[in-house]
Amino acid sequence: MKNKVLIGNGQGFWGDSILGPIRLLREGPLDYLTLDYLAEVTMSIMQKLRQRDPKAGYATDFVTLIDRVLPELLEKKVRVVANAGGVNPHACKDALLEVCRRHGAKGVRIAVVDGDDILPNLDDLIGGGEEFTNMDTGAPLADVRSRVTSANAYLGAFPIAEALNAGAQIVVTGRGTDPGLVLGPLIHEFNWGQEDWHKLAAGTVAGHIVECGAQCTGGNFTDWQSIPNLSMVGYPVLEVEPSGDFCVTKHEGTGGLVSVETVTHQLAYEMGDPARYLTPDVIADFTSFRLNQEGENRVRVSDTQGLPATETYKVSMSYSDGWKSVGQLTISGPDALAKARLCAKIVWDRLAYDGCEYEPQERLEEYVGAGECHAGLPGGTSEDPPEVVLRLGVKGPDKAKVMRFGPELVPLVTSGPPGVTGFAGGRPKAQEIIGYWPALMNKQLIQPNVTLVTS
Amino acid sequence: MPTVPLHRIAQARSGDKGEGSNAGVLARSEKAYAFLAETLTEERVQEFFKGINQGGVTRYLAPNMRVLNFLLEDSLGGGGSASLKTDAQGKTHGIGLLRMELDVPDEVLNATPAPPA
Repeated sequence: MKNKVLIGNGQGFWGDSILGPIRLLREGPLDYLTLDYLAEVTMSIMQKLRQRDPKAGYATDFVTLIDRVLPELLEKKVRVVANAGGVNPHACKDALLEVCRRHGAKGVRIAVVDGDDILPNLDDLIGGGEEFTNMDTGAPLADVRSRVTSANAYLGAFPIAEALNAGAQIVVTGRGTDPGLVLGPLIHEFNWGQEDWHKLAAGTVAGHIVECGAQCTGGNFTDWQSIPNLSMVGYPVLEVEPSGDFCVTKHEGTGGLVSVETVTHQLAYEMGDPARYLTPDVIADFTSFRLNQEGENRVRVSDTQGLPATETYKVSMSYSDGWKSVGQLTISGPDALAKARLCAKIVWDRLAYDGCEYEPQERLEEYVGAGECHAGLPGGTSEDPPEVVLRLGVKGPDKAKVMRFGPELVPLVTSGPPGVTGFAGGRPKAQEIIGYWPALMNKQLIQPNVTLVTS
Repeated sequence: MPTVPLHRIAQARSGDKGEGSNAGVLARSEKAYAFLAETLTEERVQEFFKGINQGGVTRYLAPNMRVLNFLLEDSLGGGGSASLKTDAQGKTHGIGLLRMELDVPDEVLNATPAPPA
């Protein structure tokens, strides 16, 4: 057994910089590279892509990355765990096999972890007594059942460990918990069991700290003036010990900062009840551990406590929830705010003349630059900004009515007050709204699968 | 007692949480944490965010990290992709909360390092 495992997370979401993982591999030692590509609405977008093309529905950025770094991965024997599989992990695996073939790389072992997709048997599960009540609102699933477009359970870390036990160098998963990408390799390396609650909790805390990439190494930090070289910010590296205690750091010479404060910023991100951070593997207690600066850019996290996991998986469903359209114009001063208010009135008046009136909750008026993000907060607004971006939007179930909005924005340039510009990008289009439906289900009703192939 | 913005004695990070957001407040010293645990109540944060948050506010404490975590129940204009707002994920709610003006005892200020200018 190793006395220390090095895990770097190079991706915080689909759309994060490709330089994160490339530099993690290039600029220092690493045993594992983890990559988080999935946000809640991502699964639904992927489901739509798959409906159009049976070979689509996964994070293509991951295949682009592996194409760029495969020789280095093989040379340095770094193992990769990514939730890039989305709703079609086997198609992702096939694309990776094709990359290996192009590089002439034989013998690369790739594993797929799936079983998270419950959309095909959703009605059977409902028939068997699963209710899928909305966890946030308490509403019954029947309200939206006919419009559900994806349904996935958040699997835990043990199937990832099983894939690594089988010898996989690259593990591709569908929906799983974000911290599981880190916890899986730790279970594999240190042979942690399902009842090692404190160790599983420590690995979960470690995974949470790194899951948003540079957000724990100085990105999005309150005292941004004190962070050196954000341009070349280093993505986080964990040094984990068999006991579960670990150190958060980054490669030597990279930009950014690892301090108790930067790490605590990330620990507070997306937090609910800190004493009960629920995953399918464990309940981690974020009020239990100690944080210590043990050196420059090194923060030690020790003595994490955990409790037995619950009997349920969290399920994330998405459903079609109507249409929306948003557009913007820029209005210069003098009197920018007053002119922008007139522009908004003109748009609503003209649409009403043509039979399109929108309820207050179906339309949006924002005056960006006059104080939208901090509306109503002290110092958060200005009555006389030198210029304003007017953002208008509408939403609702009637697509035609939502589409009617877009064409009435650009005419303001010649038929409104003076100083209206910034209409680049043309008419705003209607986009489908993807609703999010969180629920719980009995763990016993899902069997995760691990498949191993060799290039 | 001097009146200072919360920013003087705390840091913050926020993000989306269902149809609402969470704003984590990180006290800059032990004394600042003890003071905020006493004064930065759910009611006060609820009142402060009434222009942004249409729902309730729940507070959790994590003294080991000197964190006070506030859940704003309905602060995203519908949440997720249904929101039309610029800040549909509550990314700016944390630093917004740091704008709050507080009467802070000298004893707390003296024990708390100031943010960079």
